[in-house]
Amino acid sequence: MSDEAKELNKAPQPATAPAAPAVDPNAPLPPRHQLIVSSSPHFHTHSTVDSIMRWVLIALAPACLAAIYFFGFGAVRVLAICVVACLVFEFLSAKAMDRSNELKDGSAAVTGLLLGMNLPSNTPWWICVIGCFMAIVVGKMIYGGLGCNPFNPALIGRVALLIAFPVVMTTWPMPRIPASLAKPAEQVMPVASATPQHKGEQVSVMPVTTSTPLKFSKLARTELTGDKVLENSTIPIQKGEVSYWQLFLGIGKGGSLGETCGLALLIGVLILIYLNIVRWQIPVCYLGTVVIITGIAWLANPSAYASPLFHLLTGGLLLGAFFMATDMVTTPLSRLGAIWFGVGCGVLTACIRLWGSYPEGVSFSILIMNAFTPMIDRYTAGTPFGMPKKKGIKMPK
Amino acid sequence: MKLFKTLVNGLWKENPVLILMLGMCPTLATSSSAKNAIFMGLATTCVLAGSNFVVSCFKSIIPDKVRIPCFIVIIATFVTIVQFLMDAYVPAALVKALGIYLPLITVNCIVLGRAEAFASKNGPILSLMDGIGMGMGFTLILTILGAVREFIASGTLFEMTVVPHWQGFALLRFAPGAFIVLGIFLAIRNAMKIRDAKLHGTHFDPPSELNCTTCHICTLGK
Repeated sequence: MSDEAKELNKAPQPATAPAAPAVDPNAPLPPRHQLIVSSSPHFHTHSTVDSIMRWVLIALAPACLAAIYFFGFGAVRVLAICVVACLVFEFLSAKAMDRSNELKDGSAAVTGLLLGMNLPSNTPWWICVIGCFMAIVVGKMIYGGLGCNPFNPALIGRVALLIAFPVVMTTWPMPRIPASLAKPAEQVMPVASATPQHKGEQVSVMPVTTSTPLKFSKLARTELTGDKVLENSTIPIQKGEVSYWQLFLGIGKGGSLGETCGLALLIGVLILIYLNIVRWQIPVCYLGTVVIITGIAWLANPSAYASPLFHLLTGGLLLGAFFMATDMVTTPLSRLGAIWFGVGCGVLTACIRLWGSYPEGVSFSILIMNAFTPMIDRYTAGTPFGMPKKKGIKMPK
Repeated sequence: MKLFKTLVNGLWKENPVLILMLGMCPTLATSSSAKNAIFMGLATTCVLAGSNFVVSCFKSIIPDKVRIPCFIVIIATFVTIVQFLMDAYVPAALVKALGIYLPLITVNCIVLGRAEAFASKNGPILSLMDGIGMGMGFTLILTILGAVREFIASGTLFEMTVVPHWQGFALLRFAPGAFIVLGIFLAIRNAMKIRDAKLHGTHFDPPSELNCTTCHICTLGK
């Protein structure tokens, strides 16, 4: 009996009290845990923080495998360091702040994995650890832990590293190229040796490092405006070296670990959308807005601006739109809010890419829109069931 | 004894940066290195001491209704003096690094705040002590902040290399770093106050201005 009652206590189903036996007034009262009182939400979806985080980890697996395939041991190293460091920082800060330990829910592991996917595969270990510190301690725990952070912790870590170590964060080792597609090295590998200092970032003169295609396109634009004349700076895709399909698969394209293989990212996000963990409005509106704005620029001047498909497939756009901008904690609650959020991210990303001084603007734009999330939430709040239709915006106090 | 108490008051108990939360703008802007910070702090101390003394001397003849303009004129006089002195005796690069924040001491809320809250109610000597104490407290925190930021960002202290080949965390040299380090300082201050309160058997609530349950900024104007 008591076992059964325990079971019932645990089960989230409507807890109908066990059929009471004939009441004997002299019988002792049942022990406290057998009295089952339950209030209204008798059914729920069984989605817990643990299960959501587990599914996000599973969805990230294809991209991780792709990163390991393209970058080899370096990718394993960076990802492992980031995940372990994030777990350690989460543990230590929960200890220091007298907070219940939430290690087992896996959110720190997700943050670590996402941060690792935002780093080049040759990042020194201590830079990874600093990034994890910024992400977990400064980006999450100081605000009160999971659910209270206004900004995406992994992006906080990435942006902190990008500002603090621009050289490390913008030189990428060349990914491995499958033998069947290998071309003569000097053709495939856009060696950065001819690249002088550009906008304060020194491109290291190492034959193994390369820039992302995005940076090449930016360099190309500077060349066209007469700023600098560079030999290797034309957009690779216009030279016909790399096809869009190769960009999508991540072949012959430098970048952070998670940015390379669009296919793997797409598989991951489709799983999440199917499970209703990710709302499709955010990535669709995000990517759509980027395509529209860069498309207008491309149609206006195709020689100066890269095509929208190129923008879509290069840089961290897919990773950001699929896994960063869809973080549950830091994005608007309603569907309409998600649309606004996606459009805002898209406008900011396109503007930074086309006219900003950084070649990549995904992380900045998502963080900026994170800051707008409370406002979007407030202006897109729906009417609760049974309430009169709202006229204008009125929030219950 | 009272003089001494007034003097050390500003160092910790009523520290202008950590407790009164005054003068945040120069604190964040000029603490990028220890050297900048200490000179900024000393300049503010001079102005603070001088203006407190003069305001206290004239407090009976300044009409109440126009006291703020009068205070500002007195403060601006001292700022001008300090600026000329620094132009004459301090390396030009340093003055350039402090830039606009030197003349902006005129509108520094620590200076005006102490003139209003202390000097206009107390005698000249006491006010002088208060000005020096507050200034030293400001200088102390500013220098520690600057030293921490400078060390982590470039591995140097007062422009002397402490750790050679230091690959610093350059973020702390920029404005976000100032906010982060100052935030950590304030958190340490709150933690110490909570511990002190526990030791004395009392209760200390951290300031509630930024707590979401007491903040009404989202419903302002409603």
